[in-house]
Amino acid sequence: MVTAPLLDVNGLRVSFPGRGRRSRPVEVLHGVDLAVGAGEAHGLVGESGSGKTTIGRAVLGLVEAGGGTIRFGGRDVTRLAGRVGRALAREIQVVFQDPYSSLNPSLTVGDILSEPLVVQGAAPAAARERVRDLLDRVGLPADAAERLPREFSGGQRQRVAIARALAPEPRLIVCDEPVSALDLSTQARVLDLLRDVQRRTGVAYLFISHDLAVVRHMCHRVSVIHRGDIVETGPAGPVTSAPRHPYTRRLMLASPVADPAAQAERRAARRRLAEAERTGTV
Amino acid sequence: MTASTAPQDAVRRRSAARRLLRDPQAVITASVLLLIVVLGLLAPVLTSHDPNHASLDHIDAGAGTDGYPLGGDRSGRDIWARLLHSINTSTVSALIGASIALVIGVSAGLVGGYHDRLRSLTEWVFSLVMTFPGLLLLIVLMPLTGGDFRTTMAIFGVLLSPGVYRITRNQVLGVKNELFVDAARVSGLSDRRILVRHVLPAVRGPVIIATAFLCGSSIGVQSGLAFLGVGPATTPSFGAMISEGFHNLYLSPLQFVWPSLVLGALTSCLVLFGNALRDALEGSRRRPAGIPAPKAPAATGAAPAGLLAVEDLTIAYPTPSGELKEVVSGVSLVLEPGETLGLVGESGSGKTQTAFAVLGVLPSEAVVVRGSIRLDGRELLGLKESELRGLRGRAIAYVPQEPMSNLDPSFTVGAQLVEGVRAASGASRGEARRRVLALLERVGIPDPERAFRSRPHEISGGMAQRVLIAGAVACRPALLIADEPTTALDVTVQAEILDLLRDLREEMDMAVLLVTHDFGVVADVCDRVAVMRTGEIVETGTAEKIFGGAEHDYTRMLLDSILDENTVRGDAPVAADEPLGRTTTW
Repeated sequence: MVTAPLLDVNGLRVSFPGRGRRSRPVEVLHGVDLAVGAGEAHGLVGESGSGKTTIGRAVLGLVEAGGGTIRFGGRDVTRLAGRVGRALAREIQVVFQDPYSSLNPSLTVGDILSEPLVVQGAAPAAARERVRDLLDRVGLPADAAERLPREFSGGQRQRVAIARALAPEPRLIVCDEPVSALDLSTQARVLDLLRDVQRRTGVAYLFISHDLAVVRHMCHRVSVIHRGDIVETGPAGPVTSAPRHPYTRRLMLASPVADPAAQAERRAARRRLAEAERTGTV
Repeated sequence: MTASTAPQDAVRRRSAARRLLRDPQAVITASVLLLIVVLGLLAPVLTSHDPNHASLDHIDAGAGTDGYPLGGDRSGRDIWARLLHSINTSTVSALIGASIALVIGVSAGLVGGYHDRLRSLTEWVFSLVMTFPGLLLLIVLMPLTGGDFRTTMAIFGVLLSPGVYRITRNQVLGVKNELFVDAARVSGLSDRRILVRHVLPAVRGPVIIATAFLCGSSIGVQSGLAFLGVGPATTPSFGAMISEGFHNLYLSPLQFVWPSLVLGALTSCLVLFGNALRDALEGSRRRPAGIPAPKAPAATGAAPAGLLAVEDLTIAYPTPSGELKEVVSGVSLVLEPGETLGLVGESGSGKTQTAFAVLGVLPSEAVVVRGSIRLDGRELLGLKESELRGLRGRAIAYVPQEPMSNLDPSFTVGAQLVEGVRAASGASRGEARRRVLALLERVGIPDPERAFRSRPHEISGGMAQRVLIAGAVACRPALLIADEPTTALDVTVQAEILDLLRDLREEMDMAVLLVTHDFGVVADVCDRVAVMRTGEIVETGTAEKIFGGAEHDYTRMLLDSILDENTVRGDAPVAADEPLGRTTTW
């Protein structure tokens, strides 16, 4: 028996109202199909304006789907609101890119972490216990609960954001560029934490990024999105290192390698591809 | 509110109370206000006379008459007693007017700002309220209110509410797209809870400031109505007292002075306190930038050769405790003509501060403790702004990280470039225009004429960076400083921009100082690399040496953190249908 994927997006279309009074809505996703299995890290790679963030926001219920369906755990969640929508909230969580604006500056870390728990009916003492446990799990000291977000560095704040996402014990976390605002050394440590959390809890990730190297490091499977369409999907290694679609190939050759000799080769390969595309031989 | 200012807001709010206590204007006005209110509250203790009790013996009695410290008015009422009771009338007016305006304005502003669909309704209602002629309406409604000033003030509160509504609505619109509000929605919080817990705190500051002014105008309007004689004569009020004093101006002018003094003190203190509150909550404006000069010369002796020679550069910033904190400590680097040097480091390493010092655009608080920066043998530190301006654009040019925010949205791209070329070279308008068009073509813009006529919002980020590069190299500078020039761009665009920089450098024989955190970019374009950590250069060397065999532990740690071609995720997904033993409940 083939088990249904945890998250199953089918023919998803999203439009945003155009600028100005009479302009037509602009469609940013043109029928996207995407499946994320339980416990899987699924990468979603694309450039700015490709619609990758919009897919994540549609899954989270933050933007309205204009067409298609989003199924989660076998249930249609495309248009859920109110109480049922909030019950769904425990199952799908989010880690945003910007660790500065994603934490309310006027709440302590303890309040930020316990709020979703208390709303879902946890007793204050149990919530405090859980906050300690969460802080420990993401590698922050227990006294972090009494401090304000501004007392932490970018990497530490992203740990707080991960702890907040883990609080309701979700089955899927949408990670929207979670490390692109971080320094190189911090980035590696946060990615290690995300992998470690996944191994221990079996949570699935929809991992949105513009960086092929990060996705290769982090994900089992990858989908590449270009101007609102998924152009290539497959296991992370082959898709990011030996892509089949011309767009993915262009993306790969444009990402610089940290080695002058290898980068010179890659640059030459990129120029050959660009030349070939211009003369129409591809 | 933008993302980056959000955390600073919390810092500001924390210290706002302390800053308020240190502001003499706030302390004095608040004390005066408190004193007046307390005098009003103590009225039954401070005087035994009823404010409306008329004694025929005390008509126009002078100040100091037995039991009448300020004398009697023309009906023989105790002016002191009337003054104290008028304070209470004013306090109650302020409380009623302001609180009704706040309750209506803030709640409608929260709802209207947060829910897009309800906003057109709230906008319409408050626009309608704003069209009412306030004072006139209050007079016309007098038969309905029965002249009670409390009811009148309640209606006035409604008339004041559109102002509060607009302040609140604007603040909510600013904060509701913040990521932490999205995160709260994802956490399953109800709209009401999000509004109260996450949105309201952001609205607080401006509304608190507005409250001081709301109180002031409520008191003013109440007194004004009483002065006009609208409402019952039995309500003690500054307005009524001033009006009566007016009639008696020639007989005993002091009757007019007392209420005017207290009313004046009350309203002016409210306005001044409101201003002090705004300064404390929103912070005062920054001082304009100056040019820092070194406190001490470079520690080392002979001047090294090279196009750009930075020696022992140390930059510090004052801390709140008054001490200097170094952000760049003893940095030395040399750049030969035509060479590209990558200045690499993580955030806070001081790489951008070093670049800004070379450009002479450090913030005014910055202190150059010691060091020297020589361009072609000429010392840059301590130059006047006018001398630096002569160098910038001609000898040194700059390409910033955020192309869009470095173009003025209200001018066309062409006009901005022509202005720069004319300022740097003194060319005629036509000549500058020809040069700009040629440059735009050179930097790879497909239709230069069209780009020339475009405004910044009509071009893409990559195009905007090409425009800025065109502007930077317009006068063939000897040194180009590029601060993370591709960080805000997509990788495919980044590759093209780096290609362009490389080609231009060879064509014009420019030296490039490239500030970046990305070793891939360094490997692509740099001849030599300087690695910075916490204000110091830990290692300098050719690109081959740094990437092939870095000596310093920190450089090696950074290089090891790079996710290269070989780091593929190996472990299979952990199949766990019900993580952590929880069952799904809908």
